[in-house]
Amino acid sequence: MAYSEKLMDHYENPRNVGSMDKKDTSVGTGMVGAPACGDVMKLQIKVNEEGVIEDARFKTYGCGSAIASSSLLTEWVKGKTLEEASEIKNSQIADELALPPVKVHCSVLAEDAIKAAIDDFKSKQTAESDA
Amino acid sequence: MEIVKNMKLPIYLDYSATTPADSRVAEKMAACMTIDGDFGNPASRSHVFGWKSDELVSEARQHVAALIGADPKEIVWTSGATESDNLAIKGAAHFYQRKGKHIITCKTEHKAVLDTCRQLEREGFEVTYLDPEESGLIDIAKLEAAMRDDTVLVSIMHVNNEIGVIQDIASIGTLCRSRGIIFHVDAAQSAGKVDMDLANLDVDLMSFSAHKIYGPKGVGALYVQRKPRVRIEAQMHGGGHERGMRSGTLAVHQIVGMGEAFRIAKEEMAEENARILALRNRLWEGLKDMEEVYLNGDAEHHVAGNLNVSFNFVEGESLIMALKDIAVSSGSACTSASLEPSYVLRAIGRNDELAHSSIRFSIGRFTTEEEVDYTIQLVKNKVAKLRDLSPLWEMYLDGIDLDSVQWAAH
Amino acid sequence: MNTYLDHNASTPLDERVLDEMMPYLRAHHGNPSSVYREGRIARQAIETARQQVAQFVNAHPSQVVFTSGGTEANNLALKGLVVAPRCVAVSAVEHASVLAPAQQSAIEACQLVRIEVDNDGLITEETMSRALASSPELVSIMLANNETGVIQDVAHWAEMVASTGALFHTDAVQAAGKMEIDFSSLGVQLLSLSSHKLYGPKGVGALVLDKRIELTAQMLGGGQEAGYRSGTENVAAIVGFGKAAELASLELQSRCSSALALKQKLLRRLSEVEAVIVFSGQAECLPNTVFLAVPGIDGETLLMEMDRAGIAVSSGSACDSQKSGVSHTLLAMGVDEELARCAVRVSIGKDNTDQDIDVFMSAMVQQIKALQENTMLAWA
Repeated sequence: MAYSEKLMDHYENPRNVGSMDKKDTSVGTGMVGAPACGDVMKLQIKVNEEGVIEDARFKTYGCGSAIASSSLLTEWVKGKTLEEASEIKNSQIADELALPPVKVHCSVLAEDAIKAAIDDFKSKQTAESDA
Repeated sequence: MEIVKNMKLPIYLDYSATTPADSRVAEKMAACMTIDGDFGNPASRSHVFGWKSDELVSEARQHVAALIGADPKEIVWTSGATESDNLAIKGAAHFYQRKGKHIITCKTEHKAVLDTCRQLEREGFEVTYLDPEESGLIDIAKLEAAMRDDTVLVSIMHVNNEIGVIQDIASIGTLCRSRGIIFHVDAAQSAGKVDMDLANLDVDLMSFSAHKIYGPKGVGALYVQRKPRVRIEAQMHGGGHERGMRSGTLAVHQIVGMGEAFRIAKEEMAEENARILALRNRLWEGLKDMEEVYLNGDAEHHVAGNLNVSFNFVEGESLIMALKDIAVSSGSACTSASLEPSYVLRAIGRNDELAHSSIRFSIGRFTTEEEVDYTIQLVKNKVAKLRDLSPLWEMYLDGIDLDSVQWAAH
Repeated sequence: MNTYLDHNASTPLDERVLDEMMPYLRAHHGNPSSVYREGRIARQAIETARQQVAQFVNAHPSQVVFTSGGTEANNLALKGLVVAPRCVAVSAVEHASVLAPAQQSAIEACQLVRIEVDNDGLITEETMSRALASSPELVSIMLANNETGVIQDVAHWAEMVASTGALFHTDAVQAAGKMEIDFSSLGVQLLSLSSHKLYGPKGVGALVLDKRIELTAQMLGGGQEAGYRSGTENVAAIVGFGKAAELASLELQSRCSSALALKQKLLRRLSEVEAVIVFSGQAECLPNTVFLAVPGIDGETLLMEMDRAGIAVSSGSACDSQKSGVSHTLLAMGVDEELARCAVRVSIGKDNTDQDIDVFMSAMVQQIKALQENTMLAWA
């Protein structure tokens, strides 16, 4: 299996690695996958008052394609509104990194992760406004 | 990281997947392929070209037999261990099916054995797949308990390809013999690495491969015991070569290569094993003090060249990518293209995370101390880097019990 | 210096093939299933060879399954069909590696029909129709015979068989490298090849197949060769096979014309010798094969004498010669057993010269004379 240069670059020099305080109400956390499946992706976004993603951080346990997919995703979502970010499709990630067919599930996981992070952020907002 | 001068990268540490042919082997092979060499068809009875090739084949048969303590007449050439396993298991099962249709094997066998057993199940045989102990070894009492009146065949590998443990084939053989059950052993990973003397072992059928011990790919052998005589039904039909057990023109250069590889192994095995074991111990000494590393497979009943380690909270495939300066595998080469965790590690009770995070280092004839030292440094650095990336490692450091987490399955 | 005239048994490896192979025994020794660089290099080499072999027979690379040789390819074709045929028809002159698995299937409850041949070894409209009357679901007819060199009109028979809905396998092991082979235009679904008959290494062959055919693997394990054939690939040999196939395509015309020139010379010289019979003389044959007999002179005896003179020829199929039996091909052609025992096969190769034919002929004439005298003495 040969990987694309872009994929190798994200894998070797992953962008935006790290963690944010998940209790912070401006932070949305998405954790998807399971160790049993060989992939766990944790994606965090920090959203400002205009609903724009100011910052993103990730940690991923998984193969090189999973790491590259989540690294790329953090680059893409920064500066996007929640709505724009939720429109990112796994196929775009797969195309950008030229993922081989057996690795397409990594891009699906990345899409799930951003959706989960957005949902988490929104539920925190609802909880806060309910309070 | 400091790179030792003149060290060739990548470092090859996957000798269990395959080995380079020894240069002595390659030379012998080249010599019997061209017009000036002995290229004849050994089945040609009418001219010197055929006779010379036939002689070379006999000589190779003697070398193979000598290493394993067999009679040359007990050696049947095949295209490799996969064919030997297929021939032994299907051949014996078919021949003896009137006596019974029950077979016993183990969950950690090579795919060539497991898939062949599955095929026999489709043909109406019943197969018991034994669970090994956590050490990877088989409990003889459990094997005995699985035996039935209609059991005709037991197939257990000598050395496991992933975790390197050595099964006690002497005791298993004695048990099988006392019950009149045919015993097949897949010895692809043990020939030339573990002493064996088939004259004093109750083994009926044994599979060998050349390319695991510095011989060429595409050739193997099946040992078929003569006293007491074991019968198998041929799986490949044609000219009736190999006393009818395996038809097809003999690939003389391959066979000569295998013979030479076995000859060298017999001569150099003792010395080589000691050297390889020292390197393996050096590698483990260098790695074992890292946090959350686990040695897979019994430490004592273990072949010298294999070291299978799980690096918890790091995923195996990404680790292999990170370790691109060394050629290692996350399990058997035959299954590493799939996304499944090692079925061998699952069978010995490793959880999914540990099964996913394993690396098999296999050391061989051309491995050096410098290479081992470089590997230790590289593995330490890369594991640390990947753990920095790992949400599981973070959770572990936070004291979270991963088993208690509800994972969103996908 | 020995004179080798038994190229239908096996051919020496071409130096150019050996040069391609050597790096895959030593430097590029990876297991093609491994994902790291060595593994990928080996995988790449196999795919290149697959293209070369595909091109050689005008097939698509995905249609080529590498095996351990012609015998395995024939066994896979005859025994591998997912829906086991209820009736199989094979020609009476097939190689043992087709006949034996067919007979094995017959033991396992399938009907076996023999397609008879005429005196030249050819299948005829009549023998074919008779075989088809039993409604075979698989028909196997070799492209060229290993002993007589007779070429069957496979494209014609395949068309006829296709109209009945049956599948067609052809054993092209002897034909390959000695005549043009076009998998698509032959109209067959399965075609067997062997490398060591075309100056490639022993221990490797291929089954070329129409992928719509459902085949079950006969060898199970790691699922190599798209599941059709498990076992670590014989990388160096496969590379050699690919190169040999490529060279055979490039040099087909020149190899054929030089073999034919030698064959014609041989036939001319033989016609000058009294009592020599050439089998299948009237049929279209491979340009390199002459199957002959000298009535009254035992073939095996003649071979031994020729061998003492440094000339390698055979009495027929190497695969049958261990049983020192009589050629089943000749018997199927209606040749009586006594004459069949006198058979000698000469098969010319690309490196044979005019001189080799001269050496063969002078030894032959001498031996015939000597043996005939012996026979007379015995009578006296």
